[in-house]
Amino acid sequence: MSATPAEFAPPATPAGKAADYLDQRLGIANAAKRQLRKIFPDHWSFMLGEIALYSFIILLLSGIFLTLFFTPSMNEVTYNGSYTPLDGIRMSEAYASTINISFDVRGGLLMRQIHHWAALIFVMAITVHMLRIFFTGAFRKPREINWLIGFGLFVCALLEGFAGYSLPDDLLSGTGLRIAEGVILSIPIVGTYVSFFLFGGEFPGHDLVPRLFTIHILLVPGILLALITAHLILVFYQKHTQWAGPGRTEENVVGLPFLPVYTAKAGGFFFVIFGFTAFLGGLVSINPIWSYGPYIPNQISAGSQPDWYIGFLEGSLRMMPNVEFNFWGHTLSLNVLIPSLIVPGILFTGLALYPFIEAWVTGDKREHHILDRPRNVPTRTAIGVAGATFYGVLWLVGGNDLIATHFHLSLEQITWFGRFAVFLGPAFAFWLTRRICFGLQRADRDKVLHGRESGIIVRAPSGEFSEIHEPVSQGDLHKLTAHDVHRPLSLTEVADSNGVPAPRMRQAKLRARVTKWYFGERVEKPTAEEYHDAISSGHH
Amino acid sequence: MSTGEMNHEEEHGGAVAVEEHGHGALVPADDPFADPGLEPHRPRIFDIDEKAAKRAERQVALLFTLSALSAVGFMVAYTEIPRTAIVNFFPIGAVSASNFALGVLLGVSMFSLGAGAIYWARTLMTDVEFPQERHHLESEPADKAAAIAEWKQGVEDSGIKRRPLIRRTLIGAMAVLPLPALWILRDLGPLPGNSLRSTAWTEGELIINDATVSLDGTTGTGIKPEDVTIGSLFMCRPAAALTAGEDFNNLMAKAAVFVVRMDPADIASQRERDWGYEGIVAFSKICTHVGCAVDLYEQQTHHMLCPCHQSTFDLSDAGKVIFGPAARSLPQLPIMVNADGFLVARSDFQEPVGPSFWERG
Repeated sequence: MSATPAEFAPPATPAGKAADYLDQRLGIANAAKRQLRKIFPDHWSFMLGEIALYSFIILLLSGIFLTLFFTPSMNEVTYNGSYTPLDGIRMSEAYASTINISFDVRGGLLMRQIHHWAALIFVMAITVHMLRIFFTGAFRKPREINWLIGFGLFVCALLEGFAGYSLPDDLLSGTGLRIAEGVILSIPIVGTYVSFFLFGGEFPGHDLVPRLFTIHILLVPGILLALITAHLILVFYQKHTQWAGPGRTEENVVGLPFLPVYTAKAGGFFFVIFGFTAFLGGLVSINPIWSYGPYIPNQISAGSQPDWYIGFLEGSLRMMPNVEFNFWGHTLSLNVLIPSLIVPGILFTGLALYPFIEAWVTGDKREHHILDRPRNVPTRTAIGVAGATFYGVLWLVGGNDLIATHFHLSLEQITWFGRFAVFLGPAFAFWLTRRICFGLQRADRDKVLHGRESGIIVRAPSGEFSEIHEPVSQGDLHKLTAHDVHRPLSLTEVADSNGVPAPRMRQAKLRARVTKWYFGERVEKPTAEEYHDAISSGHH
Repeated sequence: MSTGEMNHEEEHGGAVAVEEHGHGALVPADDPFADPGLEPHRPRIFDIDEKAAKRAERQVALLFTLSALSAVGFMVAYTEIPRTAIVNFFPIGAVSASNFALGVLLGVSMFSLGAGAIYWARTLMTDVEFPQERHHLESEPADKAAAIAEWKQGVEDSGIKRRPLIRRTLIGAMAVLPLPALWILRDLGPLPGNSLRSTAWTEGELIINDATVSLDGTTGTGIKPEDVTIGSLFMCRPAAALTAGEDFNNLMAKAAVFVVRMDPADIASQRERDWGYEGIVAFSKICTHVGCAVDLYEQQTHHMLCPCHQSTFDLSDAGKVIFGPAARSLPQLPIMVNADGFLVARSDFQEPVGPSFWERG
């Protein structure tokens, strides 16, 4: 559907002349010729990353507005502004200026609330987008590098969110910083020094807000912007993945052209997201810092909760048993170190490295542009669900006090439940997910061999009732059988593929064992013979 | 020729390519699951009915107009609605009229612009899907070989392999170079020293009742033992906090305490009784887990709970941890009564307060 090449005629319109001016200097026609009508596949799940991108733009725009009025300073002032409940109270300039933005700058509260909502949506969209990539195997070769870039974006987004949350210097964010300081102090050997360098001395000091401000508006956004650019360039250059289906192969990408369809759809979607965030900012209160008061280290409010994406760390801290060791004049606070740094460290490292682990297990060196349906790779799907369950239990226990008060349960019992569920939950989820995947695969197999259930019941002359099955279309037959069924590698296969001599035999044995765990149990695709047998036997 | 794709196959020897762009490509007879190729495009109502298309056009234009009107409305609301005006409606309750109007108008403006563009794309722009080839990401072997040759030539021309002296000193220089970048961060903060081991409490330091402290934080009064009834709890600060000025938060982060009175018979720990005054005891308010302010006091059980992570301390047993992630007891501040009859500290805490740290021991 590419346009017929036309003879070049000197441009007559102002826009044409401008484009020609640029082309003579930059040679843009060559790129435009190939890219303007670039094809993108269409699927709802492909817009999750878009939501993240658009929230980032909203964050930049609303954030710039906020910097015009925010004072990143911990110097104390006495508040005399228009919010009378705080009249005469001593507070930091950071907190006072945030109150002013909320009450005295017109549109200021709207921008603050848009900024906060957009941040919540940003991290949520990244998370869901990442899950989509994981469960569909879109991280496989050649996209492992983009997975790592995306992982970097995820981590930066968490840091950026926490830094921004801490800037207003209100009671809630100050408490969050106090917890962060306690976590830093638990790092063996260097923790105390890191804390003193970060806070400019003892907690809370006078330096942290200005420092976080630089981190929040310059350092991390700069990194985010660079990573997003690289992320998008790679999506563009490697072309988008697509679902299996008639006419869709590993060698092509089927969809609609960037100009005009995705220009309108993606551009329009940006405004839809912005509009939605503006509605939230106008209608739903978020982080009303004026009701928390300024940060004072001896004050706290019960039932306080961090932004949702910090909740898993909170739960992790809450459920950890109180293990601490004292030896040779030193203290090792495992009760803080393990839940706040080691557990997330393992979780995140596993997440970052998963594409490489799976590639090592499968020994698959091919490029993949057709997405996996989660059911067709049961072990990967089960690992993902187990990981999500682990995260989910941590997150839930992060609200153990709210669960206890809302449902009149014992806080201690919820915490103890969490301590077991965090191990048993993922194990159960892993088993259950694999069973569901196998079941769905068998259902697909039945659909291929016997057609889809029509819901029409007929009665034979003999009195027998049966349901009519309608044959599925050729396109669906292809789609339901387009996936690979992986098989465990035998020891010789493993050895052969690596050309392994004896010294690396242990690694080969391990790999053979892991492939057995991954692919030992599987549902085979129907073969052509089975299909023909099923057809000729007049199946149901 | 009869209709149906299966027949096509026989005629063309097992394979057929129908239409351009691969609509209806290869279907070998022996593979029932073969890819039939792209499905033919099904026209939408907008493709065949000019009336429907016109209607869609008007709807898009309406959305764009609504967007522009809302943007103007936004500016009017900005100027006209007073900052202090409140609107009250179900289910949100009382909200700032300005924020409400600005948010809704900005939302409508953005949303209808976006919805218009998407609706335009979905109704009036093409929806004929077509394929584009993927190019091979991996370079051809010849290109790889050429790149390697260029690289080798470049390395060769530099002489880095033949001149180990240059190579080694370069690696050394590059290894040292990042260190100044770390060194220059040294002045980010002072070294910890022993600062985490002491607080503002000293012998005779007056215990100020937080509830009596003035708004500006510079005046407040002490507590007399007779004011502290059994079961009552006072949030307190050292008198030094009243003159701390800008250092107030730093001081409070370690020195915040609370005072409770229990029946001395209920206190299990002899040391706790000794450090208190007739059942009045003072504990650090800073949780030993990660430093939140402990706050929820259960009078009957003498339990003190930290709202952050629910560490629970038994105040009748030397502040011992009875639940939660905290590993150490809440430090107790030894107190006495001074000549004027006010509660004062007998000394500083006998151990560091707040979260653990490596050097704590």
